[in-house]
Amino acid sequence: MSNPQQLRYTKEHEWLSDVVDGVATVGITEFAANALGDVVYAQLPEVGDTVTAGETCGELESTKSVSDLYAPVTGEVVEANQDVVDDPSLVNTAPFEGGWLFKVRIAEEPKDLLSIDEYTELTAGN
Amino acid sequence: MSTAPRLTALDALHRSLGATMTDFAGWDMPLRYASERDEHNAVRTKAGLFDLSHMGEITVTGPQAVELLDYALVGNISTVGVGRARYTMICQEDGGILDDLIVYRLQEQEYMVVANASNAQVVLDALTERAAGFDAEVRDDRDAYALIAVQGPESPGILKSLTDADLDGLKYYAGLPGTVAGVPALIARTGYTGEDGFELFLKPEHAEGVWKALTEAGAPVGLIPCGLSCRDTLRLEAGMPLYGHELTTSLTPFDAGLGRVVKFEKTTNEGRFVGREALEKAAERAETAPPRKLVGLIAEGRRVPRAGFSVVANGEVVGEVTSGAPSPTLGKPIAMAYVDAAHAEPGTQGVGVDIRGTHEPYEVVSLPFYKRQK
Repeated sequence: MSNPQQLRYTKEHEWLSDVVDGVATVGITEFAANALGDVVYAQLPEVGDTVTAGETCGELESTKSVSDLYAPVTGEVVEANQDVVDDPSLVNTAPFEGGWLFKVRIAEEPKDLLSIDEYTELTAGN
Repeated sequence: MSTAPRLTALDALHRSLGATMTDFAGWDMPLRYASERDEHNAVRTKAGLFDLSHMGEITVTGPQAVELLDYALVGNISTVGVGRARYTMICQEDGGILDDLIVYRLQEQEYMVVANASNAQVVLDALTERAAGFDAEVRDDRDAYALIAVQGPESPGILKSLTDADLDGLKYYAGLPGTVAGVPALIARTGYTGEDGFELFLKPEHAEGVWKALTEAGAPVGLIPCGLSCRDTLRLEAGMPLYGHELTTSLTPFDAGLGRVVKFEKTTNEGRFVGREALEKAAERAETAPPRKLVGLIAEGRRVPRAGFSVVANGEVVGEVTSGAPSPTLGKPIAMAYVDAAHAEPGTQGVGVDIRGTHEPYEVVSLPFYKRQK
């Protein structure tokens, strides 16, 4: 579904897809999925929720830790990935594909989203 | 002063296997190689290979080695035969647990004490101090050994193909010298996973060769390398305590539900041992008015309780989680927790864990969560 080259990224390791009719898909990167380890529980924002760029909107729990999920943009949640709620390991096995987390109708986009090159540089050496 | 982490003899090998490394008690150790859940399940159903070289080995030798150990530790070490091992603890004068240990009797007058990595220096210092007046020598052997564990139902078959030792004659909690893949090793039938398995104490220069031989012999039956992450979920399912979580200096063995390791009827030193008076009081307290009990908790939901989270009932805090993780075997989050005696009975209703502000319902159960079929 998503090609990492085309995506935009946050420093908190979320990715944002191309915007189609005002709606974009959000997930976490493979780098983040690897760092988390096996994800066992995903609490996603619900349809109708308003999320705010840079603020927490859910959590991902792995064997060892729990991590906050941050919204990459401000907007209204129009879909949450029920497949991930049912089988959180999709976040590990297909972070850019079936492991997407939610879709958001964008109201406002921050200016500091990263390109693949900028994100790669951010995570290099880790 | 350098704070660089210590590396085991297998460090380069772990990195070549792509391990995610983590700092553990000053050592750089493999956390996992790929999926910790796959590693966990491999140990339960096939076999897993662990580098445990961070554990602390201390050798105690001499004519009064056993008298020293009986005095320094809470167990009755006199009754451990040559070639056998014993789970025991070392306590402070006030009864607080300094560490839990395994003591192997290697020879008539030679014992190996294995301490947790985080406590190895504490145990070494305490044994050295307590040795005063005994005709016994306490030797720091931390650098003398690498430690490799092969754990899981396939482990006897894997090891058999590489050793001259009589594994069928080697009982649980026993250890004997032999060879593995052509090099000398102390082969012990011990572990920390709830499965059958072996721990191999080797010279560090032999560790890589033995690891590779075990990998090769085990691959056909599903053996994979395993990190500390799955070791933690394995021991938690098996209800085994971990120092720093279920065991601390502020708890006595009786408070931890492990009073059985304390032996007041010792054959040496006229029964004297460090902590005796305090432990007698702790034993009585545990009998008459136990403050809290160590229990198991199984989640009804999917959110995971972590160490330090409050156990609640009717809106009141009634205990604290000491270890928690998603259990791959049960498919649900589990935890060990110290809970007020009034809420500690298996089946007690209305118990929850405060998970970041939400009280998630939990079932109180007796430990362990998992017991292997023999």
